[in-house]
Amino acid sequence: MTLLTYRDALNQALREEMQRDDRVFLMGEEVAEYDGAYKVSRGLLKEFGPKRIVDTPIAELGFAGIGVGAAMVGLRPVIEMMTWNFALLAIDQIVNAAAKMRYMSGGQFGVPIVFRGPSGAALQLGAQHSQAFESWYAHIPGLKVVAPATAADAKGLLKSSIRDDDPVIFLEGEMLYNLKGEVPEGEHVVPIGKAEIKRAGSDVTLIGHSKTVAVALKAADQLAELGVNAEVIDLRTIRPLDTEAILNSVSRTNRCVVAEEGWPFAGVGAQVVDLIQRDAFDALDAPVLRVTGADVPMPYNKHLEKAAKADVGKVVEAAKKVLYMAAS
Amino acid sequence: MATKIVMEALSPTMEEGRLIEWKKQEGEPVAVGEVLAEVETDKAVMELVARSAGTLLKQLVGAGATVPVSSAVGWIGQPGESVDGGTTASPVTGQRPTGPVPPASAPAPAQPSSRPAAEPSGRVKASPLAKKIAGERGVDLGAVSGSGPEGRIVKRDLEAVSGERSVVSGTIAPPLTSHISPLTGFTDTPLTQIRKTIAKRLAQSIGPIPTFYLTAEVDMERVAEAREALNAAAGDQGKVSFNDIVLKAVATALRQHPACNAWWQDDHIRYWDAVHIGMAVAVEDGLITPVVRDAQTKSLRQISAETRDLAGRARERKLRPEEYTGSTFSVSNLGMFDIEHFTAIINPPEAGILAVGSIAQVPAVVNGQVQVRRRMRMTMSCDHRVIDGATGAKFLKTLKMLLENPLALVW
Amino acid sequence: MATSTRPERASGDAGTAELFRHYLRQMLLIRHFEEKAGEAYSLGKIGGFCHLYIGQEAVAVGSIAALRPDDYITSAYREHGQALARGITSRAVMAELFGKATGCSHGRGGSMHLFDAGLGFLGGHAIVGSHIPIAAGAAFAIKYRGGDQVSVCYFGEAAANIGAFHETLNMASLWDLPAVFICENNGYGMGTAVARASAVKSLSARGNAYDMPAEAVDGQDVLVVREAMDRAVARARTESKPTLLEIRTYRFVGHSMSDAAHGTYRTKDEVEEYRRRDPIKVLAERMRTDGTLDDARWSALETEVKAEIDDAYTFAEASPDPDPSELYANVYAGGDAKREVRGGKAS
Repeated sequence: MTLLTYRDALNQALREEMQRDDRVFLMGEEVAEYDGAYKVSRGLLKEFGPKRIVDTPIAELGFAGIGVGAAMVGLRPVIEMMTWNFALLAIDQIVNAAAKMRYMSGGQFGVPIVFRGPSGAALQLGAQHSQAFESWYAHIPGLKVVAPATAADAKGLLKSSIRDDDPVIFLEGEMLYNLKGEVPEGEHVVPIGKAEIKRAGSDVTLIGHSKTVAVALKAADQLAELGVNAEVIDLRTIRPLDTEAILNSVSRTNRCVVAEEGWPFAGVGAQVVDLIQRDAFDALDAPVLRVTGADVPMPYNKHLEKAAKADVGKVVEAAKKVLYMAAS
Repeated sequence: MATKIVMEALSPTMEEGRLIEWKKQEGEPVAVGEVLAEVETDKAVMELVARSAGTLLKQLVGAGATVPVSSAVGWIGQPGESVDGGTTASPVTGQRPTGPVPPASAPAPAQPSSRPAAEPSGRVKASPLAKKIAGERGVDLGAVSGSGPEGRIVKRDLEAVSGERSVVSGTIAPPLTSHISPLTGFTDTPLTQIRKTIAKRLAQSIGPIPTFYLTAEVDMERVAEAREALNAAAGDQGKVSFNDIVLKAVATALRQHPACNAWWQDDHIRYWDAVHIGMAVAVEDGLITPVVRDAQTKSLRQISAETRDLAGRARERKLRPEEYTGSTFSVSNLGMFDIEHFTAIINPPEAGILAVGSIAQVPAVVNGQVQVRRRMRMTMSCDHRVIDGATGAKFLKTLKMLLENPLALVW
Repeated sequence: MATSTRPERASGDAGTAELFRHYLRQMLLIRHFEEKAGEAYSLGKIGGFCHLYIGQEAVAVGSIAALRPDDYITSAYREHGQALARGITSRAVMAELFGKATGCSHGRGGSMHLFDAGLGFLGGHAIVGSHIPIAAGAAFAIKYRGGDQVSVCYFGEAAANIGAFHETLNMASLWDLPAVFICENNGYGMGTAVARASAVKSLSARGNAYDMPAEAVDGQDVLVVREAMDRAVARARTESKPTLLEIRTYRFVGHSMSDAAHGTYRTKDEVEEYRRRDPIKVLAERMRTDGTLDDARWSALETEVKAEIDDAYTFAEASPDPDPSELYANVYAGGDAKREVRGGKAS
């Protein structure tokens, strides 16, 4: 085991996969000479050269499409979106081209591409730089959507995503890049489509992904002081959802809180709740509750921003509700 | 949030209760387990105890009122709390509710399954999990208090409830109607709980059960002699009655004929190992059947003591539910009223009942000669679904033999 | 994948009668195919959108004749002409228009999404201009691998106004990608004349904005198209540099089957005027002059082509629909898409 930051774990994954398969290349704004806007690609230009680490002009739609075309004829591009907010410009290529190509062509052209970058809010970046996009892409058949929460999962899932023959939406987080975690040595690959129980428990299931996993774990610690043994599930992959892990846990605990960074309407949590009420109805002792970001564009002011985010306190309160415990 | 006091099912067959007297007044403090009121059930007078602590905020019904099981009769809470049923989550802490569980009934008698009690709104609020558990355990949700928001029943509310079957049907008995008649000279008396129960249950019996009757006449001379001798020797330890001897004989005979010691269970028959004899006892305005349990193991003296005790408490309406339920066979004796012969109505789900008539001096033929003998006629009513003619006849023959040869009782 | 009829000679031999006959046959094939498709559409056998190439045949035929089998072609939604010229059989194209399992996209694509991996035909795209960067991506891959293939992209002149066009041409020029960007300027983006949509009337001038060589080409003469394409292909193959070819042409029919040929945004006279320069007529006259075409040969060619189209029509009609149980096939690489997202255990 090595202690790595999430950022360095991603860097290792890119490096290893590019060494392993010379069809893999990285393209995006500032990925080469700048070493990456968030330094995820630090040192890669030096090792692999400008043919494989490609700086682009500011042209998301254009270079996303170039990635799609290159993937259609056999390369394995990793396209970096400086943040997923900017990918809105490229969404036509991601949704209308990458996601649908295999199906429209009757199976002839797959698009083995990874679109990756930071998603969601950081600190006071304002409305246009703070949106979480997992539910937008999770909606699309033909895409896979992955959101690792830890350094180990970041490495393992990026490797899997690059090796996957389908287009993968890989959602990182500016607030996660400095997070340190134990990463197994050697070849470490995490399968797409498998959630992980980050904390085993029996009294209530807390489900999160990306930044809300840490939130859920802290909430579990607070709940433990109240005598509640919470189970925390890290979804890790949003699409395809690990339905078995979710249903298995809720069948044991009989109650659930789903926490996500994104907005409430038609968010990822809504899909999880739909699954639980449909397939674990008789196991439920209480309605499934969701904790989400506030249904507002992200405000700049520090306190308003904090109030707009899903946090530990909100998860604890929701857990108490489903446990029929007195509110604080 | 204030908690409701509900009319609980204090006996397995109770559908409504008459609140005889409040033992706590509005404003008085109440601890868990304290007696709130005395309630007349279909069988006896029982105590309604508090399930939560606080102050008795409100009495919703007055003394003498009859209310269906599960309906609200009062509220307990903190002084000043509103009692119109709040909408916020209950401030109940994470601890489980304490307090005595409702009295356990006898080994689950197989009564028809319950329907959930209707709230005034017609729906019971319970989580899907609670409904599932209740269904599995045969717990009637209508009799459970919910600690969730708006009275939702949740899993932990069921953990306090006994796992045994609580058999209640929630229908409200139809109100009495009285005829408007031009005639005078009569008194309309409302049905007491006991009368209602007798009417309902025995009407259930006589209708659907294919019954046939077997009568045998028994020579009771030897029993009479034996009894006199016993009672002379017993002194003040308690006298043995004819009925005690009959019960002992019935118990013994049933052990030899287990096919008559059974319950009809709709899709199967339950043959009991032990013999629990229900003994019909006349009480002030009706009839009740206390049970002598494991009669086959008990001596005559034990049976005698027990019947005396049970009969006495039956008349005082002080029997507990487990003392008048769970019989495997019943005996009804009207001999003390000089009834020579009668047919008794089977107590479902039992398969048989013995009607014992009076012991009278009658002329009888013994060894070809006419003598005056004390003789007794007994008639067995049999549920033909369980007991066939020959089966019943063989039992009766054994019973007759035992009574005519009392020493065989200790064989 | 689908069997194809490949050009006997792909490059160089501009003067042979054989080559001219090949061009003529191909243009006739496209012409009659499109007419038949129009007829089928009116009979309800083709649904959705159907954009016909009638009048523009020389562009596809002349340019594709300059390519090798290992080159790549990407087109927009008016791509039946390019598909047939590249060698996707008329049976496979017609069946796809009919939505049948035997179609070149197995009935999943329809008129706007014709694909053939074996022929390097990368579709068939419906969002205006969105395929332009995709074509550049194929060129990127060629260069990445150190090959000498060419990636050709066909789009209309209205697409030259969309962001994807500009972003792509900039990067193609910046990175020296081996691409040929063919702008088929038929004068109208749906109902809007070029003059009303573009600040620059001569689209080839846009090459200057990206330091990219560009030419304006007469698209009604297949030989002219071929020559211009040869130049662009050579530049891509030998120098790995892109070219913008503005090929001026005309469609004799409406934008799509829902659009009238004239009377709304075009006058009948205008259409008649352009019909005089029907590319098939232009070549036929040249061949008659050369003595390589007479009535008998013309007749025989027409009969042969019409027979092929009739056969394609019959084939498409008789072909089966895709198996409904395969609705979920090919969403993902690993076989059927999981259905729990939609239905769960309860459904």
